[in-house]
Amino acid sequence: MNRIEVKNLRFSYRRGEEILKGMDLTFDSESTAIIGQNGAGKTTFVKLLKGLLKPTEGDIFIKGKNTTEVTVAKLAKEIGMVFQNPNDQIFKSKVIDEVMFGPLNIGQGMEEAKGNSLKALELMELSDKVDENPYDLSLSERKLITIASILAMDTDIVIFDEPTISQDYFGKIRIKNIVKELAARGKLVITIAHDMDFVAEISERVIVLNKGEVILDGSAEEVFLRDDILKSAYLEQPNITQLCKRLGYDRTFLALKEFLDYRLAEN
Amino acid sequence: MKKIIVENLKYRYPLSENLALKGISFEVEGGEFIGIIGRNLAGKSTLCQALVGLVPHFYKGAYSGNVEISGMNVLENNISELSKKIGIVFQNPFTQITAAKLTVYEEIAFGLENMGIEIKETIRRIEYVLHLLDLEKYKDRNPFELSGGQMQRLAIASIIAMKPEIIVLDEPTSQLDPQGSEEVFKAIQSLSREGITIMMVEQKIEKIAQYADRVMLMSDGEVVDFDVPQKIFLRDDLLNYGVQAPVFTRVCRSLNIKNKNTGLYPVTLDEAYELMVRHEQNRS
Repeated sequence: MNRIEVKNLRFSYRRGEEILKGMDLTFDSESTAIIGQNGAGKTTFVKLLKGLLKPTEGDIFIKGKNTTEVTVAKLAKEIGMVFQNPNDQIFKSKVIDEVMFGPLNIGQGMEEAKGNSLKALELMELSDKVDENPYDLSLSERKLITIASILAMDTDIVIFDEPTISQDYFGKIRIKNIVKELAARGKLVITIAHDMDFVAEISERVIVLNKGEVILDGSAEEVFLRDDILKSAYLEQPNITQLCKRLGYDRTFLALKEFLDYRLAEN
Repeated sequence: MKKIIVENLKYRYPLSENLALKGISFEVEGGEFIGIIGRNLAGKSTLCQALVGLVPHFYKGAYSGNVEISGMNVLENNISELSKKIGIVFQNPFTQITAAKLTVYEEIAFGLENMGIEIKETIRRIEYVLHLLDLEKYKDRNPFELSGGQMQRLAIASIIAMKPEIIVLDEPTSQLDPQGSEEVFKAIQSLSREGITIMMVEQKIEKIAQYADRVMLMSDGEVVDFDVPQKIFLRDDLLNYGVQAPVFTRVCRSLNIKNKNTGLYPVTLDEAYELMVRHEQNRS
């Protein structure tokens, strides 16, 4: 059974202005990126998966359960989401309380929640901030706190909405490793991102949304080959892909190492 | 003419034990496009706040040194006076949108009204920035109904409309899609060509390499280096500062393809492409 099934999904915030225009998708365990222009409907789509919004038409099944028939609280045991703006997620006055809130809410015991939260904060290299107020920390640190909160819940499905915003090189590496580790543990990871280099590195599957419709869905190689469609959706190829295309290579290179290895073999 | 002069600027936030800025000195000419890079917590955002006067007028703490913005001393002039010369676009658009106005159009007008700009000029400027930032179709929307990226474009539009001599931008494109981000860089570049001085904090290294005239590398409250992109991205110790050189530089460095005239590696797609093509031609 697919972990997520989306059938003829339509959604409008206001009458006559459809944001999602009939989407049919299934998700199992492939690490998937959703990319698209600002306003394409990406965040709306993942809020619908999380049950925070209900479809105007169509259905979403999370592990067989229709999101319209279960509460957000029940869905939270299956699906965790890191919001785009950490300020939308954070409301406690101590980092540890913030991270423990989710795990406690989905029924973890006090000890288990604390253990998972401390472990998640360690992964984010925030162990020294446990007792601080999240709002005394920088935006990049607040983003890492929200990621720790979701990791501590240990849900089967994890959604990241723009996880790399404001992150430096080390922050991006940390987040990339977490996405890869979650995927290696068999979790379904869905990531919304505007950083195409990051998308190319973490995704097995890439879905392109444009004006509420899926216009491309395939492996990262397949999707990033289609420069014409990407441009029509306000996107672009990863930097190394752009360079190799201009140099006349007919293969889609997604990482620098891949290109350098190819050149070495070629010579 | 020097638009920004910073001399031995030191600053510590209230309740903090450590200096956020540890004696920074630099100068910027009018019309320069400066990229500010470095790892998180290097002091980049604090420096932005010190340029516009939020440090020390809003964020108190301990302050010493001298900051001059277009001839105005930051310590001796209040934020309202300074805002006639320098504007800032924050990292998070929620921080910027006033919440006092109900439409995008009125939000952009807000700053202009406060400056006492006459109505015809206000309308002209609003229409110009709505077009520049592709916000025309949202002009009657409530700012808080916009997506993150649209809201960021609104924040940028509101500052550009005020036509300051200097614009400080703290990661202004972090929430924008790739082409939207490219458009903002182009718009900012055209402002710099018109003579407006740009100070932009960015994590998008390939864009900074392409658009900035000079790059300031910051670490732990200090300016480590301040030079043209080709020299900054040549540094062997860049990763220590949380910065990875542009992929175009890394590919040419791995293949030892340099610009023969300058002896430097390329930092942009166009330069890398040209040098790699020439390299292949020479080989064959």
